[in-house]
Amino acid sequence: MSTPYAKLPGWVEYGLIPLINLAVAFLVAGLVVLLVGENPLEAAYHLINGAFGRGEYIGFTLYYATTFIFTGLAVAVAFHAGLFNIGGEGQAYVGGIGVALACLWLDQTMPWYVVFPLAIVGSAFFGALWAFLPGWLQAKRGSHIVITTIMFNFIASSLMVYLLTRVLKPLGSMAPQTRTFAEGGQLPKLDWLLSIFGLNIGTAPFNISFLLALAAAFAVWLLIWRTRLGYEMRTMGHSPSAARYAGISESRITVIAMMISGGLAGMMALNPIMGEQFRMQLDFVQGAGFVGIAVALMGRSHPGGIIPAAILFGVLYQGGAEIAFEMPSISRDMIVIIQGLVILFAGALENMFRPAITRAFAARGQRAAAVVQTKGA
Amino acid sequence: MNNIAIELRGIDKSFGLVHANRNINLRVRKGTIHGIIGENGAGKSTLMSILYGFYQADNGEILVDGKPVSIRDPNAAISVGIGMVHQHFMLVENFTVLENVMLGAEDSQILNKGIAKARQELKRLEKEYALEVNPDALIEELPVGLQQRVEILKALYRRADILILDEPTGVLTPAEADHLFRILGQLKAQGKTIILITHKLREIMAITDEVSVMRRGEMVATRTTRETSVEELAELMVGRRVLLRVEKGESNPGDVKLAVQGLTVKDSRGVTMVDTVSFEVRAGEIVGIAGVAGNGQSELLEAIAGIRRAASGTVLLNGKPVDVTGNADPAELRDRGLAHVPEDRHHVGLVLKFEECENAILGYHHDRRFANGMFLNIDAIRKDAEEKIAKYDIRPPNARLRTANFSGGNQQKVVLAREMERDPDVLIIGQPTRGVDVGAIEFIHKRIIEMRDQGKAVLLVSVELDEIRSLSDRILVMFAGRVVGERSPEATEGELGLLMAGVEGRKEAAE
Repeated sequence: MSTPYAKLPGWVEYGLIPLINLAVAFLVAGLVVLLVGENPLEAAYHLINGAFGRGEYIGFTLYYATTFIFTGLAVAVAFHAGLFNIGGEGQAYVGGIGVALACLWLDQTMPWYVVFPLAIVGSAFFGALWAFLPGWLQAKRGSHIVITTIMFNFIASSLMVYLLTRVLKPLGSMAPQTRTFAEGGQLPKLDWLLSIFGLNIGTAPFNISFLLALAAAFAVWLLIWRTRLGYEMRTMGHSPSAARYAGISESRITVIAMMISGGLAGMMALNPIMGEQFRMQLDFVQGAGFVGIAVALMGRSHPGGIIPAAILFGVLYQGGAEIAFEMPSISRDMIVIIQGLVILFAGALENMFRPAITRAFAARGQRAAAVVQTKGA
Repeated sequence: MNNIAIELRGIDKSFGLVHANRNINLRVRKGTIHGIIGENGAGKSTLMSILYGFYQADNGEILVDGKPVSIRDPNAAISVGIGMVHQHFMLVENFTVLENVMLGAEDSQILNKGIAKARQELKRLEKEYALEVNPDALIEELPVGLQQRVEILKALYRRADILILDEPTGVLTPAEADHLFRILGQLKAQGKTIILITHKLREIMAITDEVSVMRRGEMVATRTTRETSVEELAELMVGRRVLLRVEKGESNPGDVKLAVQGLTVKDSRGVTMVDTVSFEVRAGEIVGIAGVAGNGQSELLEAIAGIRRAASGTVLLNGKPVDVTGNADPAELRDRGLAHVPEDRHHVGLVLKFEECENAILGYHHDRRFANGMFLNIDAIRKDAEEKIAKYDIRPPNARLRTANFSGGNQQKVVLAREMERDPDVLIIGQPTRGVDVGAIEFIHKRIIEMRDQGKAVLLVSVELDEIRSLSDRILVMFAGRVVGERSPEATEGELGLLMAGVEGRKEAAE
């Protein structure tokens, strides 16, 4: 009939199934480790220890997670409106301009809490601008957003090379980057947050933009499920024909959803620029825009799922680096394979085990029903 | 001598938690027409899909000519002599009749040999069963009735002895349906066995020998058609007595609420779908638009509702013009008192993945009652949805349930409740009871009459001629985009049928 799979309880849908998918991904990853002649258990130990073993490691894990929360939310917001924004990478990159301009302008005269709000606005503005153009092209000209956002990633890359080598680079410097910001352009670390749990942050760049990411996640939840705009976006995402029927303007929603998405992607730039390097460097995004797609997929475009998914990818980044360091025969590329497996099983193949699980629950449901019947008789 | 063509024993099938078929037993005698009726979602289609190999039964066995068979896929079904004519034809539009008939049964790598053989065989079949159709005609140029004939030929070409027809008359004019029934009679006379799936009781009574009734996945009864009645079958289908006739008083038309003048609508390829249509709908009357599906009714409704841009013409709502040729905004039209129940509730009227209460505000989400500034007022929305659920007896009564999990009838009630409870001046309704179970049809018809009696102007489009005739105060018949005639609801079915087929209308237009 029309719904081949009946509805499962929430804890199965959002808890058990993702966990099984994740477990299978790690099993297969273990096999890969076995194939290169290393001990998978040892690799697993380094992964977990590298991500959680010390306060410093946890700090790094959460630093990466912060980045992925922003880009994951960006993909999710567009996705709710039925738009596949692959341009998070470029939008985050261009968003960096907003952060850099705010810092370069005020870092020597103002404290961070004055610069930070300006940098937030700046990053969101430039990110939104970079998403506005593909959104507008889709709305007015019908240019497909998947194609245009990919193209805009390349344009962003070239634009930033130009800016960082010609415009924003201090005179006489050889490196394609801005000058290092003074104290006003440096975000405070969240060492106090970790010390509550008795952890020492060490050199980890875990900073206040993590709290901004959590606030953004809540704001996205509010937007999608509690506002009229979010309702219109979801209507269009599920059924453009129903949206037309309801008098919802497709072009308006396309442009607005893309700008919100781009704004969120742009805010990602705050974390590495103001939180870690205190300057804008070439290629500071480092693929986080693309990881955001996987995070949104795994988190089912729900902020409540995106945060744990972002932390998982933080673990893979931080713990993965540790594996590569401790086990020389496992290269950095192997880590990418493991990440790829997680994306494959948790994203693309997420329905693989669903029929079997549904059957198991159907059998359980029938037994329960039978018990009720015999009791009734 | 075994005279059972096909027998099902204890067929059981579940999809996850949905038990679609429960322990189905069925015997179809050779050389008979066996009807299977049931409400939407009763499990008819699932059962036939099992018979044709689309699904595998969880339990039970199928016997053809007394021998147990395993039907793993449609090819296996064909090899035991089961052919199927689908509700939505499975034809390649830009192939000829001959090419379609032999598709998948080419018999050799080199087409020419096969074509010659197929042409011969097709001729023989045409003669034997009186199924004339030009083998070299392109499918897309054939009328629907002939396309269906090609589907039947396809099955016969594959030497089917048992033919399953799934809702075959849904797309046909009354005359075409009659012709189909004559063909089925012919096939029966030649010894073929026919299983006819339908929800139209009249068809069952007209041509079947035996009829089985399904309800909620179970086979509840089998009757000899001669010994049963429409009333008994309806009761078996629904599980309780149903009122088949709609009771309504005289209409009391008032002012013109909706006036359509010279409306022309073209599709994306520039083909004229609605051709200079003019009519008026007054307060307190129901104007029905009859016609075979695809004669411009859908486009007419969409243009009036502001979803589709018209090429020319004017529409007046409450005496004021609607910008149908420019940027008519459905949201603005709602504010001006137009409510619209679209033909396609799955893709247009509802968002199936939404919770019921979210669909209950679709199009009205800007309403002050449902919004505080930019935020939605979730409490008010849920409370309002629960009131409508109670008033329209929507089941299950759960405003948080996903809309896809409601039955067709209950989904339609969600749309109707939303549009009717807004107290509109003009209500336009497309296919109010398509895919809706008999019990809900009764309720929906009553509500439409109530709207009329409250002084609303109602414009009704339906491909169910019975529905149009029993609800409307005036009937307009559309054919090829034009209104070809206006009749009173007392007009005979034959008269309307001729208009719908474009026969009478052309004469009338010429005069």
